[in-house]
Amino acid sequence: MSNYKHIGKDFVPPDIYGKITGKAKYAEDFRAEGMVFARMYTSPVAHGRVTNIDTSAIDNMEGVVGILTADDVPSVEAPNAAILTNSPAFIGDPILAVAATDEQIAEDALNKIKVQIETLPFAVDPLDSLVEGGPDAREEGNVFARSREGSGFKRIKWTKKQVDEFRAGKEPTGEHASEWVYGDPEKGFNEAALIIEQPFVTTGYAHMSMEPRTAMAYWENGTCYVYGSAQSQSFWLPGLARLLGVEQDKVVLISENTGGGFGSKIGAYPAAALPGYFSKKLGRPVQLRITREQEYYIGSARVGFQGWIKLGFAKNGKMTAGDVYIIEDIGPNATGGDGSSAGDAISLLYDPESMRFRGVPVLTNTTPRGAQRGPGQNQIAAVMAPLMDQAAKSLQIDRLEIRKINAVNSDTTAYKDQRPLTSAYMKEALEKGADIFEWQKKHSRKSDDATKVRGVGIGQGYHSAGTKGFDGLLRIASDGKVHLHSGVGNLGTYSYASTTRAAAEVLKCNWEDCIIHNGRTDNNLPWSSYQAGSVSTYAQTRTNYVAAVDAVRKMKNIAARIHGGNADDYDIDGRNVHHKTNNKSSTYGEIAQAAIDLGGEFSGIEYPDDIHDITKRSVQNIAGTGLVGVAKDKLPQQGIIPGLAAAFVEIELDLETGKYEILDYVGIAECGTVVHPQGLAAQMKGGAVWGMGMAGLERHVFDSQNGLPANIGYHQCKIPTYLDVPSVTKTSAVDIPDPQNPFGARGIGEPAMGCAVAALTSAISDALDGYNFGRTPISNDMILNYVTGNNQSFKPLQTNNF
Amino acid sequence: MKVNLTRRRFIKAVIASSAVATQAGCQLNAKDLNAKSSVERLIALDINGKTRRVDVLPMETLANTLRYKLGLTGTKIGCNRGECGACTVLIDGVPNYSCSTLSHSVRKRQVQSIEGVAKADGTLHPIQEAFIEELSPQCGFCTPGQVMSAVALLNENPKPSREEARQALSGNICRCGAYDHYLNGVMRASGQSDE
Repeated sequence: MSNYKHIGKDFVPPDIYGKITGKAKYAEDFRAEGMVFARMYTSPVAHGRVTNIDTSAIDNMEGVVGILTADDVPSVEAPNAAILTNSPAFIGDPILAVAATDEQIAEDALNKIKVQIETLPFAVDPLDSLVEGGPDAREEGNVFARSREGSGFKRIKWTKKQVDEFRAGKEPTGEHASEWVYGDPEKGFNEAALIIEQPFVTTGYAHMSMEPRTAMAYWENGTCYVYGSAQSQSFWLPGLARLLGVEQDKVVLISENTGGGFGSKIGAYPAAALPGYFSKKLGRPVQLRITREQEYYIGSARVGFQGWIKLGFAKNGKMTAGDVYIIEDIGPNATGGDGSSAGDAISLLYDPESMRFRGVPVLTNTTPRGAQRGPGQNQIAAVMAPLMDQAAKSLQIDRLEIRKINAVNSDTTAYKDQRPLTSAYMKEALEKGADIFEWQKKHSRKSDDATKVRGVGIGQGYHSAGTKGFDGLLRIASDGKVHLHSGVGNLGTYSYASTTRAAAEVLKCNWEDCIIHNGRTDNNLPWSSYQAGSVSTYAQTRTNYVAAVDAVRKMKNIAARIHGGNADDYDIDGRNVHHKTNNKSSTYGEIAQAAIDLGGEFSGIEYPDDIHDITKRSVQNIAGTGLVGVAKDKLPQQGIIPGLAAAFVEIELDLETGKYEILDYVGIAECGTVVHPQGLAAQMKGGAVWGMGMAGLERHVFDSQNGLPANIGYHQCKIPTYLDVPSVTKTSAVDIPDPQNPFGARGIGEPAMGCAVAALTSAISDALDGYNFGRTPISNDMILNYVTGNNQSFKPLQTNNF
Repeated sequence: MKVNLTRRRFIKAVIASSAVATQAGCQLNAKDLNAKSSVERLIALDINGKTRRVDVLPMETLANTLRYKLGLTGTKIGCNRGECGACTVLIDGVPNYSCSTLSHSVRKRQVQSIEGVAKADGTLHPIQEAFIEELSPQCGFCTPGQVMSAVALLNENPKPSREEARQALSGNICRCGAYDHYLNGVMRASGQSDE
């Protein structure tokens, strides 16, 4: 362990008091004088065209103050998500909104509006759209491919024979939209001692954040104030301004607390802009409260996969080649990328000598999809784990050993362009986990109950876990207090606070002397990274580091001006800037006062040219009030920044019910230096719960006859409860510093889940003597059907509608 | 009143209250119903030990009254249909989903919301202290409900086993998956943190 003062130590995040006392404010808790309530009319059909809207019945209705339709908001090009649309592409697509003095009146008014919609063909299962003659989810096509070279609609159809062969488990031969290759997969397979192949399905499911995405907005002196539910903070501003059609300095986002996001609230989404437009039209504050049901409609969901994979292994267990084909269910809007990310994850986690990826992002008239915790990486983690077990069994290698043989390390190169990594220690993570889990003892344990079987599994998770180029900002006031400005968003990981401790570390100051500024974009926040993609720990420790280094440089410079000598003659101790060889010193407060007196760069009157405009405005606002440390993160960084995790799980599966109990779970983080031990444990355990949900519980279901979603409440798309997960989950970390972060830190949020879902699909397969469902979730009825020899309730590769 | 808090009683309370037809997602206002209603509207409720006189509509839920009439926004509405537990309050010491409880049904009963857990001088309840020490909340949206269920448990059973705590809190969903840390909090608050 290192000798850091703050890094690697627990602390009390300031926002936690509000959370345990009920004082924490979320978007819906805010009210404004004269506020009215908006309710949305959402599409009752899966795909259609609005031909007429008759609002005459509410023209003189008491309490109704206005109507907002697609004509009042900017139109967007399909398949981008619109604030309101006349071309609904899923049930629940917002068509119009009514504002009234209370929600009941607004709701009553909606019932009186007559909306005529011409229905269009729709698809809920990508394969139904892909087959010749099948429906297209959008009039423009059934595939929307995004790439650096350009994005666009396509109409891709396979013959019925091609679809049938794919369903039968054969390699897909139909047209795909994207492809990448590295190495020589054909040679890899030719030289392989073992080849295994498998079709697979990972069903999509909703993010289901506890806080629905309610938003309230009003205009004040030409600026729109939006109270929203946002993962990120500063990062939301450009998108929100774009949605509202105003300059970035004319929007303020207030998001002090966010009740979960998991990828669904990374950037500004259309519903957050609706109250802004409505408020402008009405001249009054407007709150759009999103119900749980509506959150299922517009709250985003994970991309589903229907795929086929082939893996080649040398006799010694090394993966020689990989070939994966993924049909992505991307819902009705422009999203996706999960498929290629899944390919990337295979290339990194298992380091095959050669690999090919092919993909088709197919549009469906289902809940809009978006990034969800490990988008792509976590679906494929679930698919890969039982296959690694199958290979181990065939090659007579221990299941832990085959993972170690293929484990990603600091010399691994990954992705199609075979990029280097900053560092990676998967082998160490596996060994640590195996030790805590007692793998050798447990992997042959039998149940005492004749009707039950034991299974153990190993899972590995990966997500890129860092980014760079954002800004750091802090201010030391003349009372010596250190003001740390954090614009990264408060999602519940506490990284908005834990990463500011990087600045406190450099300044050597006591945490009690630090004050964090966050929660609203007019709190003089810097341009900070998105609070997503497991990046914030890596990115924001760097920004806080560079801001603090800038502050220390200025502090020493000022000390030299006051006491003589050069800046290099001075050092800091947390409270004072002192001469290294004599007793001359000034307190941080005195130095800050001197910075105010000196002006220029010392107090933020001048600032670097290369910082973001958002940071510039914040510096301008605090200029002259203290010593300002501000800088853009230009620290060296090259290659992929991996977040890695390994998990071990033991289950006991009841052959009479298909239900399994998780007896033991160990999750190991490989995320460089541990910055915040409690926060890391919380992420590893929460990620494990997510993995358990994906493995056995969560899935979308849509009625194929009318496109109606069956999942509009928690009990219909059950997430894990206290009783579905172990009472105790063990976690630990490898804790080896990454060389490309000043403190050695990388992120972890997403791999924390991937390792868990993978460990469970591995354990279930192990309990059933190696049977691989090739599907998530593996529900209890699926297990029971398999055990009893009954047919499953779905046809091969069917998704979304069984 | 000594309350015998059992799982059976808890479930019964939830079932009884879920018979209430909540207007999914609708916030009611006094203006929209006519004054002919036979139900007395101005009622006195005992909220956190204080008598609060409030105009309550016949079909108004306790969650709505607390949040929108009394400004007690610590009680969260996550689903508004008795599924998630974010709106949990104590009624005569028993955890109830306030989204599925009619405000009129709690007259002459003691309602405790999250705002009434800490003492008036700001001293935190041991559960709140423990939830801080264990970093139990993540996003925090379910936390008020978790606190209420945990407070009710410790009132009845000051030294619960971890399994008893797991059962007692099982009506409170946490999407962040912070269950382990909440249970750690309950064990710490009951002086059993080493268990």
